[in-house]
Formats: sequence, structure tokens, C-alpha cells
Amino acid sequence: MEPVIPIIILALPLTMFLVLGLFGHKMKHPVAGVLGTAGMGVTMVLAYITAFTYFFSGNPEFIDADTHTRLQAIVFNVDWLAFTDSLVIRLGFLLDPISALLLVVITTISFMVHLYSNGYMRDHHGVWETGFQRFYAFLSLFSFSMLGLVVATNIFQMYIFWELVGASSYLLIGFYYTKPSAVSASKKAFIVTRFADLGFLLGILVLSFYTGTFNFTDFTSTEVAEGVYRVSEGTAEGIRAMIQNSAAPMFMGASVLTWALVLIFMGGMGKSAMMPLHIWLPDAMEGPTPVSALIHAATMVVAGVYLVARLFPLYLMEEASLNIIVVVGALTALYAAMVACTQIDIKRVLAFSTISQIAFMMVSLGVARPEFHHGLGYMAGMFHLFTHAMFKALLFLCAGALIHAIGSNDYTAMHGLRKHMPITHITFLIGCLAIAGIIPFAGFFSKDEILTATLGHSTLWYVWMSLVAGLTAFYMFRLYYLIFWWKEHKVPAGHHAPHDQPWTMTLPLVILAVVSCLAGFVPFGNLVTWNGEEMFESVSFITNLKALDWTVASVSLAVAVVAILLATVMYKKENPLPSKMKNALPALWRWCHHRFYWDELYMFITHKIIFGCISKPIAWFDRHIVDGTMDGIAYVVQRSSYAIRTLQSGNIQKYVWVYLIGALLLGAVTAVCLM
Amino acid sequence: MDYSQFLAMRQELGVLIVFLLVFLYDTFMPKKALNATAGFTAILFLLFTVASFVWGNVGTVDAFSGMYSTSPVCSMIKNILNVGVLIVLIQSVRWTNGELMTVRRGEFYELLLVTLFGMYLMISARHFLLFVIGLESASLPLAAMVAMDKNRYESHEAAIKYILTAVFSSAIFMMGLSFVYGLAGSLYFNDIALQLGTQADTLLVVALAFVISGVGFKLSLVPFHLWTADVYQGAPTSVTSYLSVISKGAAAFAFLVILVQVFGQFYSAAWEWMLYALIIVTITVGNLFAIRQKNMKRFLAFSSISQAGYIMLGIVGCNEMGLAAMMYYILVYIFSNLAAFGVIGAIENQTGKVDMTDYNGLSRSNPWLAFAMMLAMFSLAGIPPFAGFFSKFFIFTSAINQGSTAIYILVLIALINTIASLYYYLLVVKAMYISPEEPQIPAFRSACSERLGMWICVAGVIALGIVSFFYNSIIEAAAGSNLFAFIG
Repeated sequence: MEPVIPIIILALPLTMFLVLGLFGHKMKHPVAGVLGTAGMGVTMVLAYITAFTYFFSGNPEFIDADTHTRLQAIVFNVDWLAFTDSLVIRLGFLLDPISALLLVVITTISFMVHLYSNGYMRDHHGVWETGFQRFYAFLSLFSFSMLGLVVATNIFQMYIFWELVGASSYLLIGFYYTKPSAVSASKKAFIVTRFADLGFLLGILVLSFYTGTFNFTDFTSTEVAEGVYRVSEGTAEGIRAMIQNSAAPMFMGASVLTWALVLIFMGGMGKSAMMPLHIWLPDAMEGPTPVSALIHAATMVVAGVYLVARLFPLYLMEEASLNIIVVVGALTALYAAMVACTQIDIKRVLAFSTISQIAFMMVSLGVARPEFHHGLGYMAGMFHLFTHAMFKALLFLCAGALIHAIGSNDYTAMHGLRKHMPITHITFLIGCLAIAGIIPFAGFFSKDEILTATLGHSTLWYVWMSLVAGLTAFYMFRLYYLIFWWKEHKVPAGHHAPHDQPWTMTLPLVILAVVSCLAGFVPFGNLVTWNGEEMFESVSFITNLKALDWTVASVSLAVAVVAILLATVMYKKENPLPSKMKNALPALWRWCHHRFYWDELYMFITHKIIFGCISKPIAWFDRHIVDGTMDGIAYVVQRSSYAIRTLQSGNIQKYVWVYLIGALLLGAVTAVCLM
Repeated sequence: MDYSQFLAMRQELGVLIVFLLVFLYDTFMPKKALNATAGFTAILFLLFTVASFVWGNVGTVDAFSGMYSTSPVCSMIKNILNVGVLIVLIQSVRWTNGELMTVRRGEFYELLLVTLFGMYLMISARHFLLFVIGLESASLPLAAMVAMDKNRYESHEAAIKYILTAVFSSAIFMMGLSFVYGLAGSLYFNDIALQLGTQADTLLVVALAFVISGVGFKLSLVPFHLWTADVYQGAPTSVTSYLSVISKGAAAFAFLVILVQVFGQFYSAAWEWMLYALIIVTITVGNLFAIRQKNMKRFLAFSSISQAGYIMLGIVGCNEMGLAAMMYYILVYIFSNLAAFGVIGAIENQTGKVDMTDYNGLSRSNPWLAFAMMLAMFSLAGIPPFAGFFSKFFIFTSAINQGSTAIYILVLIALINTIASLYYYLLVVKAMYISPEEPQIPAFRSACSERLGMWICVAGVIALGIVSFFYNSIIEAAAGSNLFAFIG
């Protein structure tokens, strides 16, 4: 493939960032908005072309026609920092099933959000938000970083863009920088993810120290033609053997490879908000809602999942690391689903829902084994990543429309909005059905694949995850009913009734709703698998339906329907049931409502232990010893400077004397020393 | 005689041609056209600079039975100086077009070109006669240039001080040379090196001290520096900037050539230790005085003294890497210092103010000038990512590579001094950006030429460090140099 289009895909958002960032303040608001949106639109089209070419062109660079195996193609790869001949950091573009998939997801959601923000970032009277152009500049920066992350050809490039993504997330969460809560949320997000990235960096260093390479293809694939690679377990085994044969293959009872993989996964835990590093994501909802849809639901937060998927053949080599992923994912999924049942801020509910759903993907990757249905879990995780991005972005954008109309994040200020905002109502309902896993919406298929894969691995986790799936359906419909039903909406005196938003905001809703209805039928088994081999002989629109394991599917459908019915009974009309439930289990409710006191725990650790026991003594040392030394030096310098000032008398005779004495002394002292 | 030898001197001849053309223009053109002398010189010099980059390098050639020698390194340092001179020429346009300069405009340029010719000879001379001719023609006209501001008392005073100390220093230098001649019976660099043998006796050490003091005067090393502050302050700003960068750069290179080519075998026996002492004293005393200065030009005078100490670090390493680091340091120093002098000159031409207190609040009235000044200060102080950081880094690295304990201590002292220097460089930035006082200098728009000069300097300060091309090409030229052939 010619590298022209891939280069433009990366260069265009970067250019938009520079243009909007440098000259945005001189542009009129609509110009900046349209420019940003158009730029993203073009990027989206180019990404579609690239992904389409990759999946369907049948080009031998991309697919091995004989074995029906999709290949990895390095479109371009330039040396960036060449430290030594072997230690080279490159910047490139790797095209393989998951990067092509992510290209589509990122550009689609990003374009929808760009379009949507044209309406969202102004109030009812058409007054633009302060910093509107800056907002678009940051959105472009984020899109650029995210695209650079997914097409990385080596782990170091990924790390660079990983940090860029974190930085642009920081900028966007703190977009309302005059609001203290937004500022502290952006700080929190940055610090927590940065802490996790420390693990990531250590993992990278350990891995590359032992293997002498950064390239993904060197970890997981074999070269079949120039620039074309094929995923192979053999290479990953080679890496494992290389580490086992090294001087120090073990560290504290675990193999170095396990350590490296777990440390790398720690970076993924931070970005993907896995427990216990999840605390930043709910707070990140302080950013504008389109940002939450783009970054904190669809794209950046799945970077951790993507990272694990990218190195999946290596993870396969160490059972322990996969088990850790499963446990972390399962615990997080249940925890987040429980918390989501008790939140009153609609964006927080969606945030915890996101955490829970990403945990689903993690579990799915963790239970994937090549022996079971060609690594069904891997494919299911990626499938869920795709469908979740669509319906979660939809839900967030709906939430944005509601917030925009009502002016509050609490559902207590909403209730009964179905008549006032019909389009938002229908699309939100579709989103809820999709996430609850009702046939034929998108979430049904992907969630079903995940549960099937989990059942193939262990029954315990299957039951566990089915329970979480039921909780998901429950809290989503709780939210749905509380927003759109419960009781009649009271319009405060002097206000006009809430209504659907302008077309720039409703169009993305409609498009994403349609996608959420249809995305489940995409024959993913033939597009994205762990080693690129196609699962089906031939595909049609109903391939996914035919491939369903109906035992699992009917159980999960039943669970979802029961949960929805329960939610209907409890929340459709105003009734005392919810408060009765709450009073029946007060402790559980309180713990859930306070998110199991994780934030308080962190506060205790940072403020009491770290600040009090470590920072304070260091601060004292700095203030008295370090500063004191510096002050002393400064004092001595000042005094000596004062003392020698007469040397520069302005008297030329004296100058010459000093000169002469200096020259003679120089000679004399050296001569004496030589004797 | 083989006249093609003159071709080896093409860079010198080029300067001579530029000089003659300017001289003819100034003498024979009608009075009206004389306003364009400055532009004419600058353009001519630009052409010469470009030509010198393209055709200046003739490889390693010894001409006139070894009196004159050129090599890629020599041609490179001349090109570096050319760039600096070009910036000085651009920056001086406004000043020379002032009313007071009407009758002296041409003289300024002619004298400047003559001194440049002298510096070229210093760089390429391999015989002390030629070297002294170069040294003197680089020194004496400078006194006239310092006195160019005829109506200012300080200008005269500075010129007198300069010429008297210069004469004195020349006398000491010649005295040292006569000792050397007495010992070796020759004035050719390589002959002297052969005749002197390897045994350092007292007379030689004294001669060495005298020679070092003679060149040290041009570099304003402590204790031969006392003229510097008075002259820098009194001279017109364009002359000061020329003195502080070009003259110093040429002297530093010539210094290295003499020490290595003539006295190379006494490196560890004698002059290594002399240099250590001079460097420590120079950097420290320069810094200590710079802290107290209130006048910007005087302040930069002491700053340039301590910078000279850093330049000398490239010599003590005594290898190709040190040579490259030194040349790179000179290049960066040219840009940083000229940026500072460009701002000072622009403000002085407009308002006549040169005190540091006048710069209070400059960022509010003239943000671009303040910005250029800030970059210059950052670069001189060695703050990354500006060029000054890289030049300091390379010169420290090259010195440390020499590997003895003494040099570690030397570099450590130099590093501590860098921190002290940060203080006074930041004083200027503080005055411009943080001082709450009302701006002393009203907003104004500098002349076109001044702005052009400043943009070039700012671009250099930013790009020279980040773009590796510059350092790489210098190190390439230095790697092939035969200067160190004598040191076994």
C-alpha cells in the first residue's frame, strides 16, 4: 500500500491542531467549528478507505489467500532516534486487523463528536462557549494522538502517543479551567494515569532490555514478505525462550516475562480505568460531555484493551498474566456495575457503566485461548470494543443533549422527558437495549460471544459475568426510566419546555443509533481474530446469528429481560419501592453510593501517609539544608564580589601593573612548580 | 615563485576585495550615494560570505614555505566569523546612518574589514612574523573604531585605555617571542617545535607565560582583562559587539593553534596548568564582577570575560573533540551575544538608555525586544533547549574526556560558576518580565535592519542546538584536522 493516505490520516488532525491552536483565536467561531469538523470528516473517509482496502481488497500484502489469514503490513517506518545500530526508535504505521478496526472506530466517533460539538458548545441563545476554538484544537490533538497510538509499529511509539493521549485528555477534562472541580479532576486523571504509565514504562524497559527490540512484529510475528508479517506463536515462544535463557530469567518468584507483561498491563489498567486505578474516570466527567463520549467512553479508555490485544501472543506465553487480567477485569466489572446502580449523576452512571464494560473486554481477552474456537475471547473482546464504542458514545451524546436541555447532570431534575425530547428518547432507548444485550441490537452479539468464551474457560467466571450483565441491564433501564418516565416533567415557571436539540446534535444521535442496531451483524469472526485466520468459510448478513451458541444466548437474554422487567417495576412510575430497597440494605447502598470509599482511601494514603510522613521531612530538609546551603553560597559570592571591586579601578596604570604582575606570576609559579 | 599559492589565501583575498570595493565606493561615489554605504557593505559581505562557504575550502594547504596554512577547520572558523560579522554589519546600519556618523561611516566599515583581515592572518599564520602582523592589524584599527563616537567623552577614554594596554600587551608578547627565538632560532611554528625539544626550562616557561598573556589580552582572560569593561562600555555598541564576539573568536582559535603547534610537547608539563589557573580565575572573577553591574554593556563585558573562560575549556582538552566543541561554542556565542547586543543597540539608538533599571517592565512595552533578550540570556546561561545549553554541554564533555582528576575539578568549578552566572543573567529577565515597575522605555518599532539582525540571532539561538547539522559539520571538519599531529 502506498503510504500517502496513511500519512494524511495522521498529518491532517495534527495540522488541524496546529492551525486551530495557533490561529484559532483569530477565526470566527463557526469557521473554527466547520474547519475542525471538515478536517475530521476527511480523515474519517480516508480511514474508511484504508480499512476497506485492508479488509476487502484481497491484496497479498493484507491477506494470505491460501490459508485465509489476515497479515500485518508495515506501511511505512522511519528511523527517528537511532541510539545504536540495534536500538532504534522508529515511527511508523502498522496495518493489521485491530489497527484497521480502531481507525474506523476512532475516526467515526471523533467525527460524530466534532459535529455534535458545533451544537453542544453554545448555549440556547447561540452564545459560543469561551475557548470554542481551543476546544476544537484539543479535539484534533487528541484524535491525532489516538490514531498515532493505534497504528504504532513499536511499543515505544505507542508509549509516546500514549502519553500524548493522556496529555490531551488532561487538557480536555480541564477545559472549563475556571471551575475548581474540573481542574482537580484533570489533575487527578493525569496523575493516576501517569502513575500507571510508570509501570508501563518499566515493562517496556524490561521487555526491550531482554529482547533488544521495541518492534511489535519482533514480539509476535514472523516476516513473510518485505514489510508483511504474520502473527505466529513461534515468535512469542522464541521471546519466552530468549528470556528464559538469559542470565536472570526469574525475579521474585515470577518469570521476567510475566513481570514485564504485568507491568505493561498496569499501564493499560490506568488508561482503561481498571480497579484500583479507576478513580479518575468518574471525575473525568467534569469535562464537556462530547469529550466524555469520545475519550472516556469510546477511544482512549480502550487503549488498555488494545495494548493487551496488541501483545496478545506474548500474554499467551504466560498463563499467570492472563489470569491476573481476568481477575482484575471480573472484580472491576462487578464493582462498577454495583456502583452504577446507585449514582444520581447521569454521567457518573455512564462512567461506571463504561468501566464495567471495558472490564468485560479485559475478561474476554483474559479467557481467550487458541484451543477454544480459534481464540474466541480475543475476537469477542475486539467485537465488544467496537459495538461498545458505538452505543456508549450514543448514550453519552444523548446524555449531553439532556444536560444541554435541562442544565443539570442529575436525573432528579429530569424525569418524564419522553414527550419533550422524542428523538433523544428513542435513541437513548436503543442505546440501553444495545448495552443490555437484547437481540438484535449490537451489544447482544458481542456480549454473547464474551460469555461464550468465558464459559469455555471457567464456569465460575461465566456465572459471575452473567450476573454483571444482568446488573448492567438493570442500572441502564433504571437510568432510562428515571430520565424519561417516573413522573411528569415540571417546567419551572419562566422557562420554556425542554426540546430536542439542533440538527448538529441530533444527527450524530440518529447515525449512532442506526449503527447500534446494525453493528451486531458485522461478521467479526472473519475480520478480527488473534492470529488473523478467518473463522467462517463464507459470510452473509446472518452469519453471526447462525454462529450463536443458543444455550448461552438464551440464558443471557433471559437474564437481561428479567433485569429490565425488574427495573420497569421499580422505576417506571413514581413509587416507594426504590426507597424501600435502599432502607432494606442500608449498608450496601451506602457503600455503593460512595463507590466503596476508594477515593477516601486514596485521600488517606496520599494526604496522611505520603504527604505527612514522606513529603514533610523532605520539605524541611529542602527548606533548611538545601536552601540554607544555597543562601550561604550566595552570601559568600556577594561578599567576595564586594571585596574585589577595587581591582577594577578605572586607573590605567593600575591595569598595566596587574597585567604585568599576572604574567610574571604565571610564569614564575609554573617555573617553580616545575623545578 | 609560484603565484598559485595565493589561491590558497582566497578567503583573505576575498576580504581584501570587499575592503577595496568599500573603500573605492566611499571615496569616489557622490555624497548622496554614501547613505547606501552600509547597505552596500552588508550586501557585498553577504556575497563574500556565501562565496566563502561555497569556494572557501581548499583542503589542507601550506603556502609560502609554510608561513601560511589553511585547512578545512581554518576555513570553517573563518566562515563562522563571517556570519558573525554579517550580523554585526546588519545591526550597525541604523547607527552608521545616524547624523553624527555621516563623515565617518565609510571609515567604520573599512577599519572593521581591515581588522577582520588581521584576524584571518592570525588564524592561518604558521610563522610568528605573519602572526604579529595579523595581531597588530587586528588590534590597532580597533582603537580607532572604539573612538568612533567622537562626541562622547567615554569613547575617547575607552580608546586611550585600549590602545595603551594593547601596546603594552604587544610589548610583553614580543618579549616572549624574542625568548622563544633565542631558544629555537626560528620563527616558523613547526621549526620552533622541533628545536625546543621536550625539556621545559625556566626561560621557556617565562616565554610561554608572556605569549599566553599577549593572546590572553585579546581574549580578555583574567588578569589581562581590566581594559574590557571600560572599553566595552565606552565604545559604540556596534563596535562593542564586534569586539566581544568576532575578535574573541579569532583570538581563541589562534591561541589554540599556537599552544598546540608551537608548544604542543609542553602540554602536560607547563601550559595545561597555566590554562587551568587562568580558566578558573577568568570564569570566577568574570562572574563575581558581572553580579554587581548596573550598566548593560558593562554587564555583558564581564559576562563575556567569563564566557571566554568557557571557550578555553575547549583548548585544555587538547584534542579534535575539544576543537570542535570550541568552534561550536564560538558559533553559538556569536549568535547569543549578538542577540543581546542587538537589543541593547536598538534601545540605545532609540532612547539612549543602557542601564539595567531602564529595562524594568520592558516586556510590557516592547514584548519582542524583551523576548529576544530573554532568549539571549537563556542561551548565554546555558538553559535547554537553547543553543547555549548544547555548546556548554559539548565543551564540558570534551574537557572531561581528557580524563585527569584535575580536569574533573576544573569542570566542577566551571559548573558551579554556571549556576552563579544563571543568577545575573536571570536578573535581566527578571527586570524585563517580573519587575512590577512602570516600563521606563516607551513602545517603539526598531529599524528594519535591527529587526532583521535580531530575527537571525533568535533563529540561531533556537535552531543551532536542536538541528544537529551545525555541530555535525563542525565536528566533521575538526576530525580531519592536522593541528594535533605534533602531540604524541
